[in-house]
Amino acid sequence: MSGAPTASRWRGPVRLIIHRIGLAILTLFLVSLVIFTISGLLPGDAAQEVLGQSATPEQVAALRHEMGLDQPGPVRYARWLQGIVTGDPGQSLVANQPVADIISERLPNTLTLAVLAALVSVPFAFLIGIVSAVARGRGLDRALNILTLSMVALPEFLVATIAVLILSVKLLWLPSIALVPEDPTFGEFVRAYAMPVMVLAVGVIAQLGRMIRAAIIAELDRPYVEMARLKGVGPVHLIFRHVLPNAVGPVVNAMALSLSYLFGGAIIVETIFSYPGLASLMVNAVTSRDMPLLQACAMIFCAAYLLLVLVADTVAILANPRLRHG
Amino acid sequence: MKRRGLLRRAGALPLSGKIGLALVCFWIVAAIAGPWLAPYSPGAFVSEEVFAGASGLFWFGSDFLGRDVLSRLLVGARFTVGLSAVAVAIAASIGTGLALTAAVGPRWLDELLARGMDTLISIPAKIFALVLVAAFGSSLLLLTLIVAVTYVPGNFRIARSLAVGLARLDYVEVARARGEGRLHIALVEMLPNMIRPLFADIGLRFVFIVLLLSGLSFLGLGLQPPDADLGSLVRENVSGLAEGALAILAPAVAIASLTVGVNLLIDAATQGGVK
Repeated sequence: MSGAPTASRWRGPVRLIIHRIGLAILTLFLVSLVIFTISGLLPGDAAQEVLGQSATPEQVAALRHEMGLDQPGPVRYARWLQGIVTGDPGQSLVANQPVADIISERLPNTLTLAVLAALVSVPFAFLIGIVSAVARGRGLDRALNILTLSMVALPEFLVATIAVLILSVKLLWLPSIALVPEDPTFGEFVRAYAMPVMVLAVGVIAQLGRMIRAAIIAELDRPYVEMARLKGVGPVHLIFRHVLPNAVGPVVNAMALSLSYLFGGAIIVETIFSYPGLASLMVNAVTSRDMPLLQACAMIFCAAYLLLVLVADTVAILANPRLRHG
Repeated sequence: MKRRGLLRRAGALPLSGKIGLALVCFWIVAAIAGPWLAPYSPGAFVSEEVFAGASGLFWFGSDFLGRDVLSRLLVGARFTVGLSAVAVAIAASIGTGLALTAAVGPRWLDELLARGMDTLISIPAKIFALVLVAAFGSSLLLLTLIVAVTYVPGNFRIARSLAVGLARLDYVEVARARGEGRLHIALVEMLPNMIRPLFADIGLRFVFIVLLLSGLSFLGLGLQPPDADLGSLVRENVSGLAEGALAILAPAVAIASLTVGVNLLIDAATQGGVK
């Protein structure tokens, strides 16, 4: 807050952030190794799979050669990694179409769903977190605790079923399938996304609300809060001007963790509402054992997760004055 | 003596904890005795009507083929509860075993294990499980191992931080000075002091595993017919969704009552309600 910003002031945090970026890239590299090892080197020959049972051994051998499957493992891994990094993860075995094309068609849908779910969840989560932290130990806090505790344990398909039952079957307000027409009007857009977003939000709100409560309570126990109270600072002012700015680190971390839950939730939600996103694409890839497609989808989800955590770390480092001066 | 202590502890739980305990006990009984309690054979076509509502003959109605939903639920519960319990036991044994190894073993081994687990933990659980199912398939045994392996890194992380904390304590130092071997220190000195805090983690992981297993079965990637767990029951009746059939709601509510029950029980038992 004080003094002109100098180069030395930022050296500490910048070095920390660069370190975190390096760590994230290393982890992503190791993740790619794990995913490729599990899905690429095992029995279950892709060439045999494509040609079916009736193929002659010569045909299979020829296709194996064409697909590069007769190369040693490390060579195949290097080629695959190169493909992923350069944005060309190969050919989908089932759709017979470049994986990159299929994914670029589906990825925006999942991102839209995730962003909408995040936008809906975050305000509710803050509300629950702040209210229950302020009412700590009292009846309202206990009730919210039981509520969120139950919400995190609900399977997505139950929430989806209840939502369909009430909103589509009984009230006839919403379609039970999330088909977004081309060039939707605002009304069509809301109608198509309302239920999938709602179902995803239930879990995120509960998880994030609980973590925000914990982060605020950790701050409320510190001496400066007592000091502010003694000086006569009101509860609203106290939370928004004193406590939340100090809790940015853990709160942002909590947001990254609970938003990453969206990816897992999307798998069920996209399937039950027949939503053409990346998660339902990945489920199809598992069913049809379309390994190149599956590997690419898995890498995207892992990269997105690591990116979320990295952004949260960076914000936490920048928001912490002790690290800024360290 | 021990039993009376347990009963008194149960009596001291807040209401939410008692409800949780009741739900958990109910599902344990259902998992053990379900097939004998089932009024009909789970595979028999007993109702003329498909997706029938609740009636005296069929408490939870009939499913998409006219089979009794209650009977299928009682039989499915055994798979859901049983497989999840076995999987969480495997996950906790591997995770805690590796954590103890890391805590008492050489430094390079600790670094290696921690690095490896950090890598695995950055693969979202459901994504990891999908990759494993695609690679290995989902026979009963493999499915159990897959959901177990998926939750090893989380357990390892908790157990390792507990074990590392214990390894610094004086009494462990004393045992080391006494000349006790590493195995003795890990199993006799450290493990007994980790069990209580690990218990809550194991309960939470059980909830995750139930949800993952049901989720996989719901996607058609979990238990394969004719075996059916609660998730499979939701899947096979999904065509009744548009008419709001009891056959799809009942198994979904059953899963939720199990997971919510465990969550309520752990919450009440670990902190006496609210922190």
